[in-house]
Amino acid sequence: MINFGYARPTDVAEAIRLLAGSPGAKLIAGGTNLVDLMKYNVERPSRLIDITGLPMDKVEETAAGGLRIGALVPNSDLAYHPLIVERYPIVASAILAGASAQLRNMASTGGNLLQRTRCAYFYDTATPCNKRAPGSGCSAIEGLNRMNAILGTSNSCIAVHPSDMCVALIALDATVHVAGPQGARAIPFSEFHRLPGDTPERDTNLDPNEIITAIELPPKGFPGNYTYIKIRDRMSYAFALVSVAAAIELDGDIIVEARLALGGVAHKPWRDTAAEAELSGQKQGHEVFRRAAEVLLRHANGFQHNAFKIELARRCIVRALRQAAAGTPQLQSDKTIQ
Amino acid sequence: MAPANAPNPIPVSAKINVTLNINGVEQQVAVAPWTTLLDTLRDHLDLTGTKKGCDHGQCGACTVLLDGRRVNSCLTLTVMKNGAKVVTIEGLADADGTLHPVQQAFIDHDAFQCGYCTSGQICSAVGLIAEGKAETADEIRELMSGNICRCAAYPNIVAAIEQAMDKMDVRS
Repeated sequence: MINFGYARPTDVAEAIRLLAGSPGAKLIAGGTNLVDLMKYNVERPSRLIDITGLPMDKVEETAAGGLRIGALVPNSDLAYHPLIVERYPIVASAILAGASAQLRNMASTGGNLLQRTRCAYFYDTATPCNKRAPGSGCSAIEGLNRMNAILGTSNSCIAVHPSDMCVALIALDATVHVAGPQGARAIPFSEFHRLPGDTPERDTNLDPNEIITAIELPPKGFPGNYTYIKIRDRMSYAFALVSVAAAIELDGDIIVEARLALGGVAHKPWRDTAAEAELSGQKQGHEVFRRAAEVLLRHANGFQHNAFKIELARRCIVRALRQAAAGTPQLQSDKTIQ
Repeated sequence: MAPANAPNPIPVSAKINVTLNINGVEQQVAVAPWTTLLDTLRDHLDLTGTKKGCDHGQCGACTVLLDGRRVNSCLTLTVMKNGAKVVTIEGLADADGTLHPVQQAFIDHDAFQCGYCTSGQICSAVGLIAEGKAETADEIRELMSGNICRCAAYPNIVAAIEQAMDKMDVRS
């Protein structure tokens, strides 16, 4: 790990000032990903700005009837928060599908959005990687790409975003609140993370001197008909091969509204409103679920070691929609998928 | 990202004073910003019960209780935890030497072979019980998945945790 300086601001304005005034500085909260990347010399900050003393650790109800989650709320506190469990159980389930109890105790809500990819080549500084060293090439396209993307890839990068929580947040239409030298702004969740294109070094549309202050959930949380299914190489504590967040509003057997988002398949949490439109107004059932999966995967493209993900995703989507429609969400402690 | 051969911008001597309450005793340490809590415990305070396994947050051997919550000490920077309360495996038994119920249960159930992961497993189980989210064996397995046991003593570890939970009367 490189040597670096340290600062601990006590308010957001000071944090932004320090960040803007220290070239090469990075914010740190939970540190679960950043410290790990620093140990591999993938991240080499000049200075760490410790934001854990900032007042951003509350979960509050909004006037609109939603929730505002402070960027420093630990993942575990959020997953077990009574209002999340009651109104947004898909968020609780997605969080509990990720990482370990220890890491969830440490990791912050804002930091979860800013995780870097776990692509093996991004971590291995001896290999080319356009995300880590722009212009050096992508080792994954013709390398070990089992864990890599099948949607939204480019010739520069086929990395995936590793978060589970973000898959639920994009399905729920969350908003990311950020603050920077130019003031505060709100970014719709679907516009927060980027596709790799020819600039895979940029994971998000956060400006370099901006800080995430909160995540806002709209009132609609689909607490009755939802699920989060995660398929991985071992039954717990592993990144997704494919994960699916599904939420449905039903009127009898008719789907009034559907939300469908995937993890482990793209450079960003993948939501497809065309697939959702395929479900809307239809009678729930296997055939329409299958059609939605076909629409979502219409541009999917597999590589040598991950083409299996396309069929896996198709089956996972159908299964998730069935669980959501039946009101029988996947339990993260029960490894049997019904 | 700075090029790989860029000089380190910060001198190695830049140490910061941090006060920690470790196993009930207030301690002052002077550490560099890049010193992890794991290295502080082992190398600065001679508390070697906490183990370094992967050093990347993947194995759980370094698990300690930080302000009552289980964390990976290998990914925790000590400078960020000024004023915190740390409990390690050395701090679990009573002053008279009576073992913590989780420690006793690990012995009763032979819940280890080589023992390298054990202090992390035990601290993690103490954290698990304090969280109160596990009742069934399935839930214990899922919420202990951050602690890898290369000898695969898992069935005995789950049995030990169940015994400790019953002894501590935390299951409904």
